Amino acid sequence: MKRPTPRRRHVLPGFGLALGVTLTYVCLVVLLPLSGLAWRARSLTLEQFGGAVLSERTLAAAGLTFGASAIAAGINAVFGLLVAWVLVRYRFPGRRLVDACVDLPFALPTSVAGIALTAVYSPNAWLGRHLAGMGAQVAFTRLGVVVALTFIGLPFVVRAVQPVLEDLDPEVEDAAASLGANRWETFRRVMVPSILPALLTGATLAFARALGEYGSVIFISGNLPLQTEVVPLLIVARLEQFDYAGATAIAAVMLAAAFVLLLTVNALQGWSRRRGALA
Amino acid sequence: MKVAAHPTEGGLARLALTAVALLFLAGFLFVPLAAVFGEALGAGVRAYWAALVDADAVAALRLTALAALIAVPLNTAFGVAAAWAIARFEFPGRGVLITLIDLPFAVSPVVSGLVLVLVFGAQGFVGPWLAERGIRIIFAVPGIILATLFVTVPFVARELIPVMQEQGSEEEQAALALGASGWQMFRRVTLPNIRWGLLYGVVLLNARAIGEFGAVSIVSGHIRGQTNTAPLHVEILYNEYNFPAAFAVASVLALMALVTLAAKAFLGRQRRG
Repeated sequence: MKRPTPRRRHVLPGFGLALGVTLTYVCLVVLLPLSGLAWRARSLTLEQFGGAVLSERTLAAAGLTFGASAIAAGINAVFGLLVAWVLVRYRFPGRRLVDACVDLPFALPTSVAGIALTAVYSPNAWLGRHLAGMGAQVAFTRLGVVVALTFIGLPFVVRAVQPVLEDLDPEVEDAAASLGANRWETFRRVMVPSILPALLTGATLAFARALGEYGSVIFISGNLPLQTEVVPLLIVARLEQFDYAGATAIAAVMLAAAFVLLLTVNALQGWSRRRGALA
Repeated sequence: MKVAAHPTEGGLARLALTAVALLFLAGFLFVPLAAVFGEALGAGVRAYWAALVDADAVAALRLTALAALIAVPLNTAFGVAAAWAIARFEFPGRGVLITLIDLPFAVSPVVSGLVLVLVFGAQGFVGPWLAERGIRIIFAVPGIILATLFVTVPFVARELIPVMQEQGSEEEQAALALGASGWQMFRRVTLPNIRWGLLYGVVLLNARAIGEFGAVSIVSGHIRGQTNTAPLHVEILYNEYNFPAAFAVASVLALMALVTLAAKAFLGRQRRG
């Protein structure tokens, strides 16, 4: 093994201790549990794996989970950008309070979020009744899944876009305006290209979070197999039936999806940084 | 310096955009948050108080506090060590290590719980061996603590790595050059420099440790008064249609979330200086 090379002149102390502690801890707390999945997945036959992953119920759950997560990420991309814009550009009473509240979905336990959203959007509640009257019943439908996943992903786009908007040079907008562009053209042609990498990063993070979300969804969705059952709930259902093979197979696919998204986010962040360096 | 009037949207457009943004936040954040407190107090203050001092609710809150009290110091110490190794040194496999530390963020909470069952459960990897020795992890308190540890691994390290990279090691090198020992350098230079970032990470870590639901739900076994954390107790009460009690316990957790947001906003401002 190569000797570690400190970046500057002096040799900083504590490398051995810090790395030793880190590796031991990561092995015990992260790798040991994950190895359990690998160990279990290895003992699956191809039929078991295919049977669990390609069953009608799993495919329906996957369709709902990926579809609703994508819609929620799309909603968050549009409205997250708007919220970030309003928070950075405009001044209004209570702005700092609103800004702090954007992180609520990170801070609130998901079971509390789930029952709170259900309380608001169920047909018995004031808002839910009016929405249902307009033909949009939210709770216990697929729409409810989208609402919960939008809630859980809300902070990601806002927090990704906010710093980029703050750093945006107003001179560029001046230049665009002096060249005759109106506000919308300036936004679309000049600002969107600068914001885009951060926007995509935020939306991908929101999508990744939505894919695995369990707590806030199970209260507001009806949890009906083939209709309103998301993949994490299906894994729990398999586990409760002691179908460890089925649960493991579906979880392995979800873990692979999470890994791919993690790499996508890393690539997007690299792109973001390069954009930032150019600007 | 002259104050330049940069182009901006017209007054009406500003008003409309602000209104739409606030309406969106109201529908998804403010109204549901208000609903928690409204529903909790809807049956009267007496019922609210009774729900909070109920023996099972107290036991659940106590178990949640225990899990947080164990996970927060352990993952904070880990985060500082990991950030020191990653931000201050180059070594082979550094990128892989960062990805491994990030992984619990990317994994579904349900998968996090499942992997613990696959290792420590009755059918698991080491479960039978432990069972012979009378050690129970799954459907017991140790499982809840392990699940909490797993999902909160990244918080402090994630906050500290960029902070330490940005600060560079000049001041630490200076301390060493002046004859400080490693620990003196750490206590007098490193720790004061990273304190706001560290506290920020600890606040987020603590919020997640208190609020974790999916992973803990799978390993808990849901035994009231024994292996039931506060977020799980909310679910049990809700599924029993005991809505006022469910929202009463939920309101305590929502209050803690609000304290977290306040601390986060304060620390964020301190960091920017």
